[in-house]
Amino acid sequence: MSQSETKEKKGFSRRKFLVRSAVGVGVLFGAGYLSRPLWRRSLAGFANSVDAFYSGDTETPPLWFEILADNTITLLSPKVEMGQGTFTSLAQMAADELEVDINQLKVVHAPTSSGNIDGFSTGGSTSVASLWVPLRELAATMREMLKNEAAKMLGTEVSALTLQNGVISGNGKSLTYGEIAKDVESWEIPDVPPLKDRSAYKYIGQPVPRVDLRDKVIGAPIFGMDAQMPDMLYGSVVRPHLIGATFVSADTSAAENMPGVVKVVVEEDFVGVVAESYQQAENAKQAIKVTWETEKNWQLADIEAMVEVGKGDPVTIQKAGSPGSILSEADVITAEYRSPIGAHAQIEPNGAVAFVDSDRATVMISTQVVSITRKEVADRLGLDVEQVDIRPTYLGGGFGRRLHTPNAVQVALLSRAVGKPVKCFFNRKEEFQNDTFRPPTHNVLKARMDENGLIQAMEHNISSGDVMFGSALIPGIAGTLLGADVGAWRGGMIQYGKIPNYQAISWRVKLPFATSWWRSLGLLANTFAIESFMDELAIKAGKDPVQFRLDQIQDDEAGHRLREVIRAAADKAGWRDGVHNGRAMGFAASTDANTPCAHVVEVSVEGDQIKVHKVTCAIDPGLAVNPDQVRAQCEGSIIMGQSAVLYEKMTVEDGELRPVIYGPYRMALMRDAPKEIDVVILENADAPGAVGEPPMGPIGAAIANAVFRLTNKRLREMPLTL
Amino acid sequence: MQVSFNINGTPQRVEVEEHTPLLWVIRDILDLKGTKFGCGKAACGACTIHVDGEAVRSCSFPVQFAEGKNITTIEGLGTGDALHPVQQAWIEEVVPQCGYCQPGFMMATAAMLEKIPNPTDEDIDNNIVNVCRCATYYRMRKAIHRAAEIKSANL
Ligand code: FES
Ligand code: FES
Repeated sequence: MSQSETKEKKGFSRRKFLVRSAVGVGVLFGAGYLSRPLWRRSLAGFANSVDAFYSGDTETPPLWFEILADNTITLLSPKVEMGQGTFTSLAQMAADELEVDINQLKVVHAPTSSGNIDGFSTGGSTSVASLWVPLRELAATMREMLKNEAAKMLGTEVSALTLQNGVISGNGKSLTYGEIAKDVESWEIPDVPPLKDRSAYKYIGQPVPRVDLRDKVIGAPIFGMDAQMPDMLYGSVVRPHLIGATFVSADTSAAENMPGVVKVVVEEDFVGVVAESYQQAENAKQAIKVTWETEKNWQLADIEAMVEVGKGDPVTIQKAGSPGSILSEADVITAEYRSPIGAHAQIEPNGAVAFVDSDRATVMISTQVVSITRKEVADRLGLDVEQVDIRPTYLGGGFGRRLHTPNAVQVALLSRAVGKPVKCFFNRKEEFQNDTFRPPTHNVLKARMDENGLIQAMEHNISSGDVMFGSALIPGIAGTLLGADVGAWRGGMIQYGKIPNYQAISWRVKLPFATSWWRSLGLLANTFAIESFMDELAIKAGKDPVQFRLDQIQDDEAGHRLREVIRAAADKAGWRDGVHNGRAMGFAASTDANTPCAHVVEVSVEGDQIKVHKVTCAIDPGLAVNPDQVRAQCEGSIIMGQSAVLYEKMTVEDGELRPVIYGPYRMALMRDAPKEIDVVILENADAPGAVGEPPMGPIGAAIANAVFRLTNKRLREMPLTL
Repeated sequence: MQVSFNINGTPQRVEVEEHTPLLWVIRDILDLKGTKFGCGKAACGACTIHVDGEAVRSCSFPVQFAEGKNITTIEGLGTGDALHPVQQAWIEEVVPQCGYCQPGFMMATAAMLEKIPNPTDEDIDNNIVNVCRCATYYRMRKAIHRAAEIKSANL
């Protein structure tokens, strides 16, 4: 995609403000986004660069800011907060242009009734990047509107006004934003003013503490699981434990008379029960006997046999030169890598509180896709979307799991059946067996090197279950449009542009259970494969693995940024190859969503235990709006990645996905986490880019590469096992 | 059955089925939502509270055993408006990401510090075995050491 297209895509040519009185609370400011990006262009752009795009509602002018009489400002965020720190970054961006103290701002989730709805999702590490320009433009425009009114009220020129902490002074008097907004009846809408220069930022670029820090430390009831409504009942839905099971019928007789049961609800595709307490609903659910229909009694071997390069439909996603002919010559090096089924395992289970009245539905829920959640509820209930209000809450972890929220529909149906608000959520076994898993993968790499130890040709074949295809987030047309699953091949392209001949090929596998978005999508497995292979090649060529990579990166801007993070990580870690004092370093790098990232890990092996002591990470997310939260995301991403690489694995037995509980589904704990994580932030781009996922890319290969130095064993299958 | 106990310094009496996990009494009857549900099987630690000073996973603690006990939840961890040293340290180190697991970790940490005022890294590894999916362990470890410092300075 060309630069000008990118600009046009993100820009909003005309701007129409809506200003209206809110009942008792001051004034609401909003802006109508008039250029919903065409799906085609957005998707193609997303596929190409994983570039952030913002897709807001265009029909009703959405509300962004609410100025209250006490001179605080509420920012209604169309993006949800799931731990990634977006609310804090948005507050920093808005405070700088609004000229308010950041503590005067309160960021809340925009309910869909506000009209401020992100048509896409919160995910893909795009929240801050996609709102970087639009949010600051809105804030700056609002500031100018307030100044214009203040000038009239204070009887002076706009140019004579001074601004500080939401107070405008001039002509010897002062007015707060709250006082100004209260008395304005009709607003002039100015052109969008120029945005502040970087040197004028007070908050952007600073390690401001998270705006949700205190709430999260005192245990405030901010999550979907904590939501409640007056007179609320508890629901429970019978969820299939078998792969591919569809609901046929239910014997509910025993459940009907259980204590506390208000109603057993049988719908065409599920059965649920509503009771007075959570325990009563769960107990009654156990008494319902469901007949499921399944296609087959699946075993792990069936699944493994499907995920195999060479099976299914290949699509070439990247090609340069003529790798095919070179790779059919002699001396071709080949290696195969695998990754297992991964569970999201976010600690807050999926759940919602819903209340369906005669012609209205309200749903409080942890969701990453507010607009899809709304549409699905509206469609199933036969309501217009305007009759449904989705009120997003803080998420107890997202990681992609909450890009699918059909459970909102089920809770709404339970509420409709009893005419009261109902709360219903998954138990942990249901979470593990009804997840939208990270798909298993098989990667085959081939390369041929020349006499100087440089790669002459390289090929990457990726076989993966679906990530993007089949997701409600992406229109069905995407398959035809793109040919291959962008999610599955994320991170699968070859980033060493000096290699004269290369190609990447994606093979689609349709699995019998749902696979989908899991933090970083294909990046984790694809980079594990490519960067392990690069290490194998460097060793074959007798070269230092860091230099081996630097030598084969092209000389454009992306190449420059990648080289810089590689050098920064190696320098900071004091990179040296080989085993020293029982520890070895491992190196890997990748670029994801335009953010390059490199890790040096320090590993030891005790018996069959792989221990990660230290990770040095260099990342270039462009402008770091909040360097402390960039660090936090790197730390979390690194340890979550380590967890997936070293411990996590779902299996299939007798038609079921297992295990169904933490512990047996082994994840990184305190004792596993590296004691040192050193993050170096480079800012070789002007705007903020992706942060939450890119650091997951290199972690797997970096660990495997270190383990090879310690044991001479090349581990090519996740979870890495000695 | 009727069960009576003190929770966060306040006496409470609830009428509830005896096997009901204490977690649901705390969350749904007493409306203290800081104690979280993660797994219901004592496997994640999100529901950790103190019963007579001991860290307990309340999802697997039948309410009948709470009779006469002193219970503390995250809402009662501090004293009045003052945050507990563990909470102070959590703020200083900016630990939470999504935040959902954090009350359980803070409760487990506070209980550990009563027994081991100056924990080594190994003590932390052995005693803090909750699950955090956002993987905030690196900052938690720093915050635990910091909490120990704040606590001993307060003595
Ligand atoms: S909810 Fe109690 S340990 Fe997980
Ligand atoms: S902070 Fe999200 S699970 Fe721990």
